[in-house]
Amino acid sequence: MSTAVGYAAVAGQVVVVGAGAPVLTGWMRQVRARLEGRAGAGVLQPWRDARKLLRKEPVTPIGTGPAFRAAPALLVASTAVVVALVPLLSTDTPVSGHADLILVVALIALGTLALALAGLDTGTAFGGMGASREMTVASLVEPTLLLSVFALSIPAGTTNLPAIVSGAVHEPARLASPAGLLAVAALAVAVLAETGRIPVDNPSTHLELTMIHEAMVLEYAGPDLALVELGAQMRLTLLLGLLSSLFVPWGIATGTSWAALALALVLFAVKVALLGAVLAAAEVFWAKVRLFRVPELLAGSFLLALLAVTASYFLSGTS
Amino acid sequence: MREIYQTTSDTLPEKAQQLLDEGHRLALVAAHIDETGPRVVYLFTSGPPDTRVELHIRLDPDRPEVPTLAHLSFAAGRFEREMRDLFGIVPLEHPLPRRLVRHFHWPRGWYPMLPDAGPPPAFGEQEGPYPFLEVEGDGVYEIPVGPVHAGLIEPGHFRFSVVGETILKLKARLWFVHKGVEQLFQGRTIAAGLPLAERISGDTAVGHSLAYCLAVEEATGMQVPAEAQRARAMLLELERIHNHVADLGMLCNDVGHSILNAQAQRVREQLLRLNRQITGHRLLRGGVTPGGAALHALPDPAVLEAIGKDVREITDLALGHSTVQDRLTGTAILSTAAAQEIGCLGYVARASGIADDTRIAHPFTPYDHPAFEVPVQNGGDVLARFLVRAEEIDASLALVAHFADGLPAPKALLAPTPAPGAGPRTGVGLVEGWRGTIATRVELAADDTLTRVKPVDPSFFNWPALPVALADTIVPDFPLTNKSFNLSYAGNDL
Repeated sequence: MSTAVGYAAVAGQVVVVGAGAPVLTGWMRQVRARLEGRAGAGVLQPWRDARKLLRKEPVTPIGTGPAFRAAPALLVASTAVVVALVPLLSTDTPVSGHADLILVVALIALGTLALALAGLDTGTAFGGMGASREMTVASLVEPTLLLSVFALSIPAGTTNLPAIVSGAVHEPARLASPAGLLAVAALAVAVLAETGRIPVDNPSTHLELTMIHEAMVLEYAGPDLALVELGAQMRLTLLLGLLSSLFVPWGIATGTSWAALALALVLFAVKVALLGAVLAAAEVFWAKVRLFRVPELLAGSFLLALLAVTASYFLSGTS
Repeated sequence: MREIYQTTSDTLPEKAQQLLDEGHRLALVAAHIDETGPRVVYLFTSGPPDTRVELHIRLDPDRPEVPTLAHLSFAAGRFEREMRDLFGIVPLEHPLPRRLVRHFHWPRGWYPMLPDAGPPPAFGEQEGPYPFLEVEGDGVYEIPVGPVHAGLIEPGHFRFSVVGETILKLKARLWFVHKGVEQLFQGRTIAAGLPLAERISGDTAVGHSLAYCLAVEEATGMQVPAEAQRARAMLLELERIHNHVADLGMLCNDVGHSILNAQAQRVREQLLRLNRQITGHRLLRGGVTPGGAALHALPDPAVLEAIGKDVREITDLALGHSTVQDRLTGTAILSTAAAQEIGCLGYVARASGIADDTRIAHPFTPYDHPAFEVPVQNGGDVLARFLVRAEEIDASLALVAHFADGLPAPKALLAPTPAPGAGPRTGVGLVEGWRGTIATRVELAADDTLTRVKPVDPSFFNWPALPVALADTIVPDFPLTNKSFNLSYAGNDL
């Protein structure tokens, strides 16, 4: 194994997701604005917002403790670790042996939990309300995330993500199976809920009482808010990237050549941008469901994931 | 056409009871400080046929007290609380003798509407505690929202008592925008009162200025030309359309379906530009003047038709969307009985099955368009309020085309100036503004200056219905419900 290429791939994943996440968010907003007949603020607006926020003085509410202060950094850090682990550009990196499915889902949950604790720490009604709603959603989403990827791990015989992805590259028939299709549907819904998109949450609303994710982070300002936003944008990019790696894995570098890595980078950007555009376009046609309908939706996606696992078990058992 | 009865504290409740039993509604209560002492005017209306009855009562200057009518009419109880806060007139045995307008930092014993009140003193010592009702029990918690909100809306504080996500009780504390409008009217000339009336609630420029002008015209005995009345009726409908279109869009936005909002706001912008062509002002200010109306241009029927088609397409798309439909249906139901007891007006009442409309009960010009019908829905939920608006837009577009037909433009249509001091010196204007019935009562001095103007926005009647409709609704549906009522803070708190 050429460690230089491997390390470059890991660094590349973190840098591309870190720098590209705000651009992806800007891109999705722009697609949505154009589809709605608006001019839009431009693809770079999230970066401009971040620059504005970073120039402000840090303010923390009186009475908040370490949970509030640590959460933004913890969110970004845990997301960055997951970004380094999962196979976005290459399946053959120095850390790919640790990229276990359960670890990845646990790290994603850690970021969610940190924000929920921070929301509770503010002691405001909104923080608590948002945290309670976020935990309700998370408790339904995390099992779906686990199960849907688990369905793919059965044919691969391992819960190691790079192994699952490289297996799929070499044997595409696994993805076209009923189990693969069920799993992609379940994972897509879970990603929507985890990243707080319509129909579960509305990221662009100003109505405090309807918020889930935004309600938890209402008290953040300045650089802390910039971190929280970056964390949320990175998670969106990460999950869309993971979705594309698991179900459209072609182009991901499985070897150790520089050329393959460069190609993987370009294809990753194209795949995520395309997926983001599809999601933004879909959001134009959707509306936010009633809060009490969210569990029904997520239970449905959990059921799909369960079916995927069952199908995967029986189909691979007979073959 | 207005009957006036003098009453005493003994005969007032009896007479009021009789009027309410005959099907009148209490439209307005206005206190006055005459040289001989305080006087209170109760205006009761019913129609058709257009009936207006006033009960007057003179009070002892040393002990300004009135018998309460709160047990007869819910609205009366609120008018009395407002009157006590602003004039110091005490409603005896009021069942809910709490403050309404006065916030706790208002100086003790200072009543701004008294002639000797002077300029407002500095905020003083709190006049005792001003608590919210606390709901106790397992898992009950409070969510305080406002008075400053995240969106561009007016200030109001909402206190939710909640279990899980279900609202047990909502208390709305308003009155953060007391501007002293009634006081500002006093001593102005009739012409100087008009800009103030247009600004009582910014989105109801025509409704409030028309109610003011009708009242002034009655007080001075002005005979407004029939064509001017038709022009006014047209402007009133134009105001209804642009507000309803904006509301339909924002209701879609509140359920996260923002493309329809973008389209609705596009249509609204067309309407605002049309308004500027017609009156020179996007919100139709300057169109209605005392004694007449002034038009710069007339709306093109083809443009109106195109707008109607666009709006119908937007509402069809909204109602055809299963998630939007699901969010609107059954949310925050206001029962007909509750709406009736509270005395709701406008589209809020019509969405709860009450077919009241001032255009039919108290028309200032014949509404003789054959297709004019008052749309009524019986659901009482957000969907019903959405549908009533959509149907009203259609009806209003037809009325605009009908009234515009044959009007001369550009032209100011004015009544001949009456002799100074002519007329009965008091007048009442009743107008179906876009939110509902606006009642304005005017009294004039001998030199034609305004001695007292009391405007009542329909929001004053409708605000108490919001918490009633919200009982057992979930917290995330509050913004949607609030938008479906879309009540005015500025018009409520003069």
